[in-house]
Amino acid sequence: MTNGTDASAAGAEGKMSFRQVARETIRFVLSELKPKGKMLTPFNVVTGIIILSGLVMIAVRFAYGLGAVSNLSQNYPWGIWIGFDVVTGVAFAGGAYVLCFVVHILKVKKFEPILRVTVLNGFLAYVFYAGALLLDLGRPWNVINPIIGNAFGLSSVLFLVAWHFMLYMICEFLEFSPVVAQWLNWPRARRILEALTTGAVIFGITLSTLHQSGLGALFLLAPTKIHPLWYSGNIPVMFFVSSVFAGLSMVMIESFFTQKAFRDRIGHDLHAAHDGILLGLGKGAVGALFAYIFLKLIDFVHYKQWVYLDTPMGYWYLFEIVGFVFLPTALFLKAIRKRSAKLVQFTAFLTAAGVILNRLNVSVIGFKWYEPVRYYPSVMEIWITLAIISMELWVFRWVILRMPVFGEAHEVVEEKTAEDMEVVTWKASVL
Amino acid sequence: MTISRRNFLKAAGAAGGVLLTGGAPAVRAAQVPQTSAGGIEFNGMLIDTTKCIGCRACEEACNEANHLPKPKGSFSSEAVFEETRDTSTGAFTVVNRFPNAKNPDQPIFVRKQCMHCNQPACASACLCRAMEKTKEAAVIYHKDRCMGCRYCMVACPFDIPKFEYGSPTPFVWKCIFCNERQKRGEQPACSEACPTGATLFGKKRDLLEIARTRIYTEPDKYVHKIYGEHEVGGTGWLFLMGAPEEKLGLKTNLPTTPYPELTSGFLYGVPLVFVLWPSLLIGLNYLIKDSKVSEKKEVSHDERD
Repeated sequence: MTNGTDASAAGAEGKMSFRQVARETIRFVLSELKPKGKMLTPFNVVTGIIILSGLVMIAVRFAYGLGAVSNLSQNYPWGIWIGFDVVTGVAFAGGAYVLCFVVHILKVKKFEPILRVTVLNGFLAYVFYAGALLLDLGRPWNVINPIIGNAFGLSSVLFLVAWHFMLYMICEFLEFSPVVAQWLNWPRARRILEALTTGAVIFGITLSTLHQSGLGALFLLAPTKIHPLWYSGNIPVMFFVSSVFAGLSMVMIESFFTQKAFRDRIGHDLHAAHDGILLGLGKGAVGALFAYIFLKLIDFVHYKQWVYLDTPMGYWYLFEIVGFVFLPTALFLKAIRKRSAKLVQFTAFLTAAGVILNRLNVSVIGFKWYEPVRYYPSVMEIWITLAIISMELWVFRWVILRMPVFGEAHEVVEEKTAEDMEVVTWKASVL
Repeated sequence: MTISRRNFLKAAGAAGGVLLTGGAPAVRAAQVPQTSAGGIEFNGMLIDTTKCIGCRACEEACNEANHLPKPKGSFSSEAVFEETRDTSTGAFTVVNRFPNAKNPDQPIFVRKQCMHCNQPACASACLCRAMEKTKEAAVIYHKDRCMGCRYCMVACPFDIPKFEYGSPTPFVWKCIFCNERQKRGEQPACSEACPTGATLFGKKRDLLEIARTRIYTEPDKYVHKIYGEHEVGGTGWLFLMGAPEEKLGLKTNLPTTPYPELTSGFLYGVPLVFVLWPSLLIGLNYLIKDSKVSEKKEVSHDERD
């Protein structure tokens, strides 16, 4: 960052009246709302159809009740909208607080190039997946009750989780907001927002610790309903520890796709450092995995879990632990020793699958495993989930293509007008 | 699942990621409180399964008192006993029939409805206090507060709250111990309607004495246990059983721990994390910032960004 351009930009802003700035901003945002690139790509068509039909199903859900679209029942009040969208989705969003800790608190510069995109991903995950909670609530308009204070359920873990979701979304938005200010060409706002970042990060890490574990603590109230191989007094701690490797593996998976999809948006720095970053993330993940294995081992001994191993649920448990905890740990170690970024990335997929499996085992598959008639998600439940994921991807892409998420992006200079060029040079100089 | 294990859970739950010493409550004494926090004696209900004749008068009275939709068949029909029924959004109490091993000609009838726990799981689960334990004993439901998250259903050890899945504006329904009638000084509709005294309303302390007396005076007739005395920390409704609980459709694997204690350890940890985490993080942040600055100074004295 050179002081000269910054000062002149600030000076230019100073000359414009507030109304002018507002008008400019609105004009700019409106122009940015237009889609960029080809419309009829296979991705757009497929996700577009999923989203549109998903919206119809959501309309049906609100017109006729939850029973019209879901397989939820009196015996199974929570299905995949909670077990996958919320409980798993939030675990995957854990990468944001982990990386914020590493970059902002520990000041490890190495991971800075992927910080913005991770925070963006975390923020959108909360907005969409925690937002999916509103679909699952029978009376979503009452969701403000525990917030506005006419009914504080202080003894409820869900009360804590709800508050933390809300506060954490604000924190993550604050963490990301300098990028938005940069995009809108508001240098002064950007400086103010950047000053708030450390505070937001510290508060965000605290909130994340509590609500990641809080999501696990929700299930403490169902000791007789969750299979003894998954029920444990340590669920909160295990949910927290696994959110570390869940989040990190999601960062690696996300980078796998963004490297392909947004090649021209990614700066030289990130390209060059990419393998090293992946290996670093793998090291972080393997540390958390070891802690997790240790917790599982304590449970295994303390709850004498071996008595359940030779049952169908026991085999399922072994499948999860061996295939998706032990194996990824071994593969991460191998990848780190051989310095293979490819293997790290592959293992990240395996780890993420294991996290999905674990969250579903606690919240859906191992929940009331003894009932003769079991819950399985309806097609529409899955479809709506896919629609939510698609929507998130659309918003994610929209932001990536417009805001300086990946650091010094290659701008497509030829198509720009002279006026836009100024913005580009300014943006580049700021970075 | 044993008691000692549960107590470990509480201790471990208190850890909440950090606090390995977080206040584990002492092993709960066998004495279960029979009064509310305000010192008011809890009301209760004693169900004597050996006295129930399966007339379903309680079901009918409940239906009328709560203005529930009329069922298809008549309340005097015995056809419903062919299968074991569950409570529903339209029926807060149901009577089920179970075979009697001692006397096959005399089946045992058992009611099912909300147990009105002393320390209800549903109320501790509810994030907007829609489920509430009154001082008198009833666990009531505030429709206007409920957001329909169904955590109460996940938490309830007896699977009692029922949700209206077919409605765009759904509520959760369950027995509310005829709270309004109790406030007026009347007894609940079902016990008033019971012709045999199988459902008996009174102060819980008195009911426990009655129940014990019956077991002592007729030791062969009853299982020597009052179901609900210790389950999940004690329930407002008590059952005298003519056959073991597993033969009567009652939940068998329940801990004696009051359910709110399962999460209280975790919740106690929350304020501690809120105090400790930011202070540690701020400290760490300064520490590293300082060490980075001194590193830079050592590398070059005048090179500054």
